[in-house]
Amino acid sequence: MIEKTAAELSSALAKGDISSVELTRAYLERIARYNYQLNAFITVCEESALKQAQTADEKRAAGDRSPLLGVPLAHKDIFCTQGVTTTCGSRMLHNFVAPYNATVVEKFSAAGAVMLGKTNMDEFAMGSSNETSFFGPVRNPWDTKRVPGGSSGGSAAAVAADLCAMATGTDTGGSIRQPAAFCGITGFKPSYGRVSRWGMIAFASSLDQAGPLSKSAEDAALMMNVMAGLDNKDSTSIDLPVEDYTATLNDSLQGLKIGIPRQHFAAGLGAEVEQAIRDALKEYEKLGATLKEVDLPNNHLSVSAYYVVAPAEASANLSRYDGVRYGYRCENPVDLEDMYKRTRSEGFGDEVKRRIMVGTYALSAGYYEAYYRKAQKIRRLIKQDFNNAFDEVDVIIGPTSPHTAFELGAKTDPVTMYLEDIYTIAVNLAGLPGISIPAGLAQGLPIGMHMVGKDFGEAQILNIAHQFQQQTDWHRRKPALGQEG
Amino acid sequence: MALDKSEVEKIAHLARLHISAAEADEVTSRITDILALIDQMQSVDTDAVEPLAHPLEVVQRLRADEVTEENRRDELQTLAPEAQDGLYLVPQVLE
Repeated sequence: MIEKTAAELSSALAKGDISSVELTRAYLERIARYNYQLNAFITVCEESALKQAQTADEKRAAGDRSPLLGVPLAHKDIFCTQGVTTTCGSRMLHNFVAPYNATVVEKFSAAGAVMLGKTNMDEFAMGSSNETSFFGPVRNPWDTKRVPGGSSGGSAAAVAADLCAMATGTDTGGSIRQPAAFCGITGFKPSYGRVSRWGMIAFASSLDQAGPLSKSAEDAALMMNVMAGLDNKDSTSIDLPVEDYTATLNDSLQGLKIGIPRQHFAAGLGAEVEQAIRDALKEYEKLGATLKEVDLPNNHLSVSAYYVVAPAEASANLSRYDGVRYGYRCENPVDLEDMYKRTRSEGFGDEVKRRIMVGTYALSAGYYEAYYRKAQKIRRLIKQDFNNAFDEVDVIIGPTSPHTAFELGAKTDPVTMYLEDIYTIAVNLAGLPGISIPAGLAQGLPIGMHMVGKDFGEAQILNIAHQFQQQTDWHRRKPALGQEG
Repeated sequence: MALDKSEVEKIAHLARLHISAAEADEVTSRITDILALIDQMQSVDTDAVEPLAHPLEVVQRLRADEVTEENRRDELQTLAPEAQDGLYLVPQVLE
């Protein structure tokens, strides 16, 4: 049962084939068995999960028919959870128990979903391999010598290995989509402002967005029905009505115009990845779509602009960690400055410190124009590229990552790691919705296909992804976990 | 642009980070590499381009100026490394 999608579990629970308590117990057993190998969870909430499952079963008996009632999920450890540690993958918050729930956590709780635990991640969501976590790297269930991608690597590995039915993640430059690609699952980043950021620990506030990691596009739609919507606690959340994202999943793709970005099929793209995406595009042609090449001429500048905007915003957001009000404090400080400096140097890992310093530099006197303002101008050019493309096509499709999952320790140089997100980062700068879905295997490792939609085109992207999953079974493929001993 | 170690020390101080002598060379060379990546932006002329600060270019919503939060001081201070009598304790600042 644990291998099923959330939609399938929802109907099994509704029919009474299984109870939420039985299902929750099955996932907890699987976590107990495999988490030591994968390190996908930082915290497992056995007792509270079973209690929530019990409550879900009681609510169902009393007539509650919420679709995700009693379905077990995991939250990325970036979402504040009242009474349960929220670490953000950092020593700085290793002992932090939030005094409130993130809006996303509240909403899943109100929908009756069962929280199994909190998943591992790159420290403060800064990384593309889940190797920067204070709690150790996560391993890819398809090959435990390889990374799961990052920063939502724990959530992606947990969904892929059936340690949960679905999980939440966050995406600032690709942190939902790239791990979804590496782990062979569906990962969706909504438009900026579609999901509340309240209670989601801030990395880069003009880019951060929460979204689902799931076993299918249909499951992502079910999760978005819960997650999306205006929240007065987040002043950047958008006041637009929330659609029923499941209602249009089966719409026909006849006449759909798909844009193929030349710059995403250029040098650097692995041959097997390219072949898988070209094969997938043929499936879309069979469904009645037409293909057209489009240009995103400033895409090559997206990583450069991002590594100004994101570190600048991070340096401001992470100034709150000073050892005074919560979290880590160094031992025996001699004075206040010593306390700040040692708390921050001991509490943060190397990658976080690097980004804080780059951001501090970009915002410092004399450099603001050359760096931060320049990056915001490039950001406008990138957004315009997408606007121009969307004058001609409905959706843009390409690879999520240039290659499949790489080995742990293979990329030690930060700039090489940053270039991992070459196809995903521009989408965050432009605030658009993007999804990665499984589209093939190369040497037994999953390949992700990336789709970008128009502002608030969530429903259309999910429809396009779902139609592919009706024709293919890549999203049903499973890693042979545990067979390696 | 290449940074020297004294500039890196200055940035570290602004960010209230301590960089040890043993780390200084590596930190300097890593940050120099990152700045080289960033400097690729300078290849494009953006004189006529308006900066984009928010992806959707919307104005922040305002709310009525009303008290909406309750006072949870005691509960919140249980999270502090050191607190006493409703105050956060830090090393002595004034002699």
